[in-house]
Amino acid sequence: MTPKHLLSIDDLGREGIEEILGLTDSFVEVSARRIPKVPALRGKNIAWLFYEDSTRTRLSFETAAKRLSADTMNFSVGSSSVNKGESLRDTCLTISAMGVDAIVVRHRSAGVPWQIANWIDASVINAGDGWHEHPTQALLDTYTLRSHLGDLDGRHIAIVGDIKHSRVARSNLAAFTALGAEVTMVAPQTLLPPSLEGWNANVSHDLDAVLPTVDAIYLLRMQLERQTDALVPTLREYTDGYGLTTQRLAALGEKALIMHPGPMNRGVEICPEAADDPRSVITEQVANGVAVRMSVLFLLLGSGAEHEAGGLS
Amino acid sequence: MAERERKMTRPFGGVFVPRTTVMSQDDIDRAIWRMAHEILEHNHGVENLVIVGLQTGGVPLAARITSALEEITANDVPTGMIDVALHRDDIGLRPVLPEEVTDIPVDLTNKIVVLVDDVLFTGRTIRAALDALTSFGRPRSVQLAVMVDRGHRELPIRPDYVGKNIPTRRDEVVDATLEGVELGEMRK
Repeated sequence: MTPKHLLSIDDLGREGIEEILGLTDSFVEVSARRIPKVPALRGKNIAWLFYEDSTRTRLSFETAAKRLSADTMNFSVGSSSVNKGESLRDTCLTISAMGVDAIVVRHRSAGVPWQIANWIDASVINAGDGWHEHPTQALLDTYTLRSHLGDLDGRHIAIVGDIKHSRVARSNLAAFTALGAEVTMVAPQTLLPPSLEGWNANVSHDLDAVLPTVDAIYLLRMQLERQTDALVPTLREYTDGYGLTTQRLAALGEKALIMHPGPMNRGVEICPEAADDPRSVITEQVANGVAVRMSVLFLLLGSGAEHEAGGLS
Repeated sequence: MAERERKMTRPFGGVFVPRTTVMSQDDIDRAIWRMAHEILEHNHGVENLVIVGLQTGGVPLAARITSALEEITANDVPTGMIDVALHRDDIGLRPVLPEEVTDIPVDLTNKIVVLVDDVLFTGRTIRAALDALTSFGRPRSVQLAVMVDRGHRELPIRPDYVGKNIPTRRDEVVDATLEGVELGEMRK
């Protein structure tokens, strides 16, 4: 049974995640065709509601929608009535009145996608809400991991960096552990949330100790724009303690994967050699992002999974 | 056919109850052999020929036809498979999920494509397949081979090579495998 919205990884559970990832293989194949377009979502209308900057997520969704032949409506906050003081609710109702089948939303406040799902009939897809969740990123990361490691049961994945401000860390933790992986959060105390109660993860402040034991290392971007106070003394000191430097690259297992959600701060959390290392799957993550988002859009809008099997008409 | 047609035939959720066997395994083998010869006769050999099986029922049949062609001509014949779910015209009306592999090994531009399916019924799967093929190039021609033509077409589509024509009622179900073809219906 397909859910109507994609708001968080927890809503999906193991079964939901595996359904989406299983379907993604078909869309990887479609993306490799000479003409990578199928008519599956013809006539469906999808609106992008991005209250926060995004290049790759929006382009990735846009590409996914176009490969499925859906129509898209662009809404950029800078040039819209939001500048004239229109509320979020009125904006959503206006868009909804034009007849959309899905709204893909990114907002700086956690919980906004849930709120919108209560206001309108269309499917809502969370493309990032505050520090809270970024489910499609977690799905594409999980897909990338599985394509290299196979089953994630018992695999060890380290998520390193600014955990506190990272919705990617939260969604990825949920997705990785749902599939049976063990996750270690590696960060200085100042970049961890005040409490990790209820987090199904180990915590470490020592990257060098964790490094040799991992099947994948997931580096988070230092989100300089989100930090309100000085949480690390200097970026160089951060790199020293938690960056994937050339020395650490040598200590990393031969088959371990290097991942990053992008955009990278080369030389801060990841050294250029690591980004371009054969173990790095960072560009693969981007390519898989399109296929995973096709899979999500198709499941929510096109699969007709909400209908009972019906007779031939 | 098989799974999909079973699910779409009333009563839903029933089980297939065979009534008569219309083709035995020997009949199937002879039909494959004859269709392979017809394909060769019609196309003057295997040059530019590509055999494409429709998921799921057409794939094993396509493999058999291909090996018959290769046995007769001692030439390699490229063969592929295609899942047409994303091109169906009933997307959004009922559950449609791509479930099987699409693998077209060569660019189809200027090739002669023989689509292979087990049962030809409404013709809607073939329409979807014709649509899907355009993503892989522009074939010089597309031909259709089916083991069973059971009638009830809803689109202007006809087969070029047929194992057997079987007149059916609309609510009957044809179960075609490489072991034989049975005619029956769904029962609760």
